[in-house]
Parts: sequence; structure tokens; C-alpha cells
Amino acid sequence: MRFVDEYRGAAEAQKLVRAVHRLATRPWTLMEICGGQTHTFIRSGVDRMLPESLTLVHGPGCPVCVTPLELIDRAIAIAGRPGVVFTSFGDMLRVPGSAADLLGVKARGGDVRMVYSPLDAVKLAQKHPDRQVVFFAVGFETTAPANAMAVWQAEKLGLENFSILCSHVLVPPAMEAILGSPHNRVQGFLAAGHVCAVMGFREYEPLAERHRVPIVVTGFEPLDLLQGVWMTVRALEAGRVGVENQYARAVTRDGNLPAQELMARVFEPCDRAWRGIGVIPRSGFRLRAAYARFDAERRFDVGDIRATESPLCIAGQILQGLKKPQECPAFGARCTPEHPLGAPMVSAEGACAAYFQYARSA
Amino acid sequence: MSGAAVDFAGLQCPIPLGDYPQVTLAHGGGGRLTHTLIERMFLAAFRNPALETLHDGAVLEVGKGRIAVTTDSFVVSPRFFPGGDIGSLAVHGTVNDLAMCGARPFALTAGFVLEEGLPMDELWRIVRSMARAAEEAGVAIVTGDTKVVDRGKGDGAFINTTGLGTVPDGVDVSPRRACPGDVVLLSGRIAEHGVAVMSVREGLGFETTITSDSAALHGLVAGLLDAVGGAVHVLRDPTRGGVASALNEIAGSARAGIVLDEAAIPVAEEVRGACELLGLDPLYVANEGKCLAIVEPAAAGAALAALRAHPLGREAVAVGEVVAGHPGRVHLRSRIGGTRVVDMLSGEQLPRIC
Repeated sequence: MRFVDEYRGAAEAQKLVRAVHRLATRPWTLMEICGGQTHTFIRSGVDRMLPESLTLVHGPGCPVCVTPLELIDRAIAIAGRPGVVFTSFGDMLRVPGSAADLLGVKARGGDVRMVYSPLDAVKLAQKHPDRQVVFFAVGFETTAPANAMAVWQAEKLGLENFSILCSHVLVPPAMEAILGSPHNRVQGFLAAGHVCAVMGFREYEPLAERHRVPIVVTGFEPLDLLQGVWMTVRALEAGRVGVENQYARAVTRDGNLPAQELMARVFEPCDRAWRGIGVIPRSGFRLRAAYARFDAERRFDVGDIRATESPLCIAGQILQGLKKPQECPAFGARCTPEHPLGAPMVSAEGACAAYFQYARSA
Repeated sequence: MSGAAVDFAGLQCPIPLGDYPQVTLAHGGGGRLTHTLIERMFLAAFRNPALETLHDGAVLEVGKGRIAVTTDSFVVSPRFFPGGDIGSLAVHGTVNDLAMCGARPFALTAGFVLEEGLPMDELWRIVRSMARAAEEAGVAIVTGDTKVVDRGKGDGAFINTTGLGTVPDGVDVSPRRACPGDVVLLSGRIAEHGVAVMSVREGLGFETTITSDSAALHGLVAGLLDAVGGAVHVLRDPTRGGVASALNEIAGSARAGIVLDEAAIPVAEEVRGACELLGLDPLYVANEGKCLAIVEPAAAGAALAALRAHPLGREAVAVGEVVAGHPGRVHLRSRIGGTRVVDMLSGEQLPRIC
């Protein structure tokens, strides 16, 4: 398949692996930001081809994983209301709330539907004027433009029965939090190529300078990742800091300006709680006042929801690169995809799910 | 079935639509309307001597030897999809389950659970499609049952089929028989049924020319068994859960490991593209017309040739082997040269966020 097979060639992979082995003279710890990248690493097995002196830790770029438990409980409460059609991306449906998940609400008779695009949720709202259609708007800068477009369209269409439960998060503040932590061990980053396709990489430049780290904007195919690792190690070995772009076929320094403009029109930055990590200042989006009537939290009063995390789950440490999934005592024992204690075990982008599915004793 | 081919396309719905454009509760009530439905629709489409008696059950002549029995219920949504429908699927699915026991299917039963309000001409399309699939597969639908449930208590139509087949002497096919050294053969391209059905699901509709691979596999299997007989250790049609789940089940039953070669697994370009976009792994997507055969290494060449000699097995390939290591686990040598576990899924594959 064109544009895919080119980035999965075994011979080219071997070449890059050998180049990394030649380059790496010291131990380095790298973090890939995005959970999609984590899955490619583990699934293709390229992480196990790299020198042992390199440690890969997995970043917070799993939207499902960082969505606070309270918000999932809120989603479950709204989805269970009569007259509500609750729509969500697929992998949010199985994430455990305090007592249930959204699939459980569906099993009990709630109208919970999987959609591929928030615009499909807008269409549902048009089709069912007598129902309240809610979309669970989670994700990073990658999903924010489409979610902004949905709200913008709903306003243009004058829809009174569409709203979003918003939990948007942003990558650079999370990187800032990781680098600023006294426990940080990350020395170089593979930044998330899809996020940068929207946002460009200007905002990463001051971050790299301030914390003296190399950041390589990296794609999602096995060869992208190997090249991203090679570029990061090359910068580390040379003592170079700054941003480099491996994913030039999709990413420019400025990014997608119309998408950024639409996001800025609909959303504004706000402090956000990250599941397992805590509140990070100005690390998320909320709807601007002009669009506040599309905010599901305002439309549905489900009362004060307080949730408590499983004390066994170390998702927060995994999402910050402080620990790896197998270092969790619950991994594969108390915590499995059937009985997850935390979101990284069920999300398609969760690090724990990647290790459980692809890497157990392989 | 009777000898003369039926012109299914030319048949009109035999229930006067002016009277009953939709299925009503009375069609399942056991009275005159039930009788009319059975006689005019089911008997008209499925006609054969065993069914014609309209008795409570069918009495069949069976020779000596072993009988294979299987049952399956069909609830696919939507009921019509590119390359098939719930009716043809209900025949193919059960015929294939028999074929995977090494059996030669000869009879099916059909149980219908219909929802009040189902358009009568839609039921006719389903019944006609079942009749055509049974005719093509050379099996008779010998007895059946119809129930109608209140509107809202079903999803249009559910069909259960039970199948009967004879197992030829010398055939011993069972997942437990997979042993180290055996070769894993696959009869063709995977993931077509699952992607075809998804392409017409509400909220997911995408334009594609992908059609379901739904087909009866007993002819393909008969050719394989004729060629290499007892050298065939395991047969499995990788339906729900796909090739990955089928091989995990076999590895578990046989207490052996299986190693797959990703580059050898045939997937049509368009199916790969759809799976990439939807975030699905074709290894876990359903097939309804593909067969996995695990055979002795010495017979692998002849087995492959026998599969390729049949129209449904033209693209058959060896995709892996059974090994003594990692019992119960399936590993995959990735295209790029790594190795990973291919696990069972804990639920359905859910498309990811981005």
C-alpha cells in the first residue's frame, strides 16, 4: 500500500537500527509523546531492536488515559439520562469510571453510540430534534479542530440539542511539567507528529531551549520512529538542543493555520486536571463564553462528582515516564484488559495495553 | 434438493403484499397466517421431500459412520451487506462449521425469530437468498420454526441454523491435533467480511468496493481431504475474532505455540487501507469464506496445491507454523523484522480516537 509500505521496510529498518547502534555511546532515556507511537514501537517490535543502552519511556499522549475519572463519571451520569444520545469515539467507551463504563450504560438501556467524527454527532442532533445529543470531546490538538468545527457548525445550524463534554488537553504544557519535575529522567523527546501537523512546532522551540533538550517531531510508522530515535540520539551525542523535524512530509513549522484559527475561535486555554498527574496550568481547552451554551457540563446538572482512583494503579507515573508498565505490581495480575484498574490498560493508545497485548514474553 | 435450478431472481414474494406488507404477531401465532407463511414462503423456497411432509420434525436416511452436528445463530446488522445478507450467511456459516469438522454437510434446519413489522418483501429476499445458498451448497433445509416477537423486542430477523453432515472414514480433524512442525495454511485474503459489514453500518458508512467473502467452504475442504486426508490435523474458519482469535484457540487446545509470518498473510489493498483508517487490525476482523488448515509438513505442498485447485482457494498460502515453544501463545514475525505476541482480544475491536 502506497505511503504506508514505504515506511515499514525491513531492510531500511535494519539500516537505521545499525546506525543507531553505531551512534549510541552512552545510555540515554528518550520519551515518545504519543500513545500511537508507543503502540507502533511495541507492535512492530522495533523497540527491542535498539541498543540496550537506550531506554524508551512512554509519554502522556493517550487522550483516553489522561481524561480525569471525575469526567468519565460525569459522562456516565449524563449518558444514563433519558432523552440523551451520548456519542463518543470508540475507545472511550470501555474506560472504567468509578463504578461502570459507557458500554455498561448502553447495556442498561442508555443510548450510547460510537461515532467516527464529532460532525456525525452534529448530524444526529439534526436528525433527532427531540433528543439531546452529547459528544465526549476528548483528545489533544489533533482532535480539537474537528471538535471546534462541530460546535461551530452546531451554532450555524442553530442547534439547541447539541453539546460537548469537553476535556481537551495540550502537549507542550505536559512536556513542561515532565521536564520541570525533580524526578524527570527524560533526556530527549520524540514529539507527536500528528499534533504538530496541526500546531506546527514553533511552540516547542522555547521549551527545548529552556530545558536544554532535543525534540524531534516524529511520525507513526516503524521507520519514522527509528529515524526519530536516530535523530534524537544524534543530537544527544553531539550535545545539541533544539527542535528537528523527522515528519517533514506532514509537518511544517507553522502547522495548519486555518485549523488553529478555528480552534482559537471556539476554545480558550484553561487549567486542566490530567488523570494520575494532577492539574497542569493552562494545559487544556474549554469553550469560550460565546459558545458556552454548547457545554454539556452546564446543560446537564449531574451534581458534585468526586471519584477515587484505585490505589494500586500507577498510571500517573507511567504517563510521566517515571515507570514502565511491567514495573507495576498489578500489571497482568490484578489489572488486565478485562478488569482494568486504570485507563492505560484499555485504551488503544495506552502503554499498559501495548505491553499486555504485544510484548508479554515475546 | 430437487434437481431443477430455480430462477430465484424471477420469483415474486408469495405472500400477497396488499394483505400483509409486514410481518405481524399473527404470523407466529400458529394459526392460519403461520400456516400460509410456511407454505407459501418457506416451503416454496426450500422445497424438498423431507420438508414437504410439514411434520414436527424431519426423518432422514443416514448411512453408516459418524455424524457431525453444529448450530449457529445469526444476528448480523445490517441484514444486507455487500456480498451477502443474513440469509446466505446463515447457510454458509453452518455449512462451514460442518466442513471444519471434516464433514460433508447434507441437511440444515432453520429457525426464524422475526420482529413484528419486518417488511414481508425483505423477509422474502432473505428466504430467497437462503434457498439459493443452500441450493448452491447442495444441502437441504429439512425442517424449521418461526416465531414473531413484539416490535422493539428483536432486531428485524434472527436466524438459527443447525447443520448435519457425515464425516468420512480416516478424517480426524481437531484443534488438539496441531503439533510442532505442522504448517499453517490460509485459503485466501482475510478481513473482507468484517470490513464489508462495517462499510454499511450506520454512522460508519464509507464508500468501498469491498464485498463479503461469505461462501460455503465444504467443496474446498473436500478437495483438501481427498488430496491429503489424515495429514490434515486442524481446520478452522476464522469468523468472529478473525485469524488471530482462531489461532489462539487452536494454540490453547493443542498446548503448542504458533508463529505467524506477517508478510505472508494476504490482505487486499483496499481492506488494508480501510483497516488503517479505522484503526483495526485485519488479523482480528471476521471472515466468512476463509479456512485455516494445519497440516503435516510433508503434506504441506500437496495440501496447498489442493486448496489452490479450488476457486475459493486460489490464493491459498502458508502463513506460519506450529512450534514447541511458547505453548498456548501465538507469535508474529512482523514485516519489519520484530516479533510480538498476537493475543486474544478482550472484547470487540474499538476504533481509536486519533
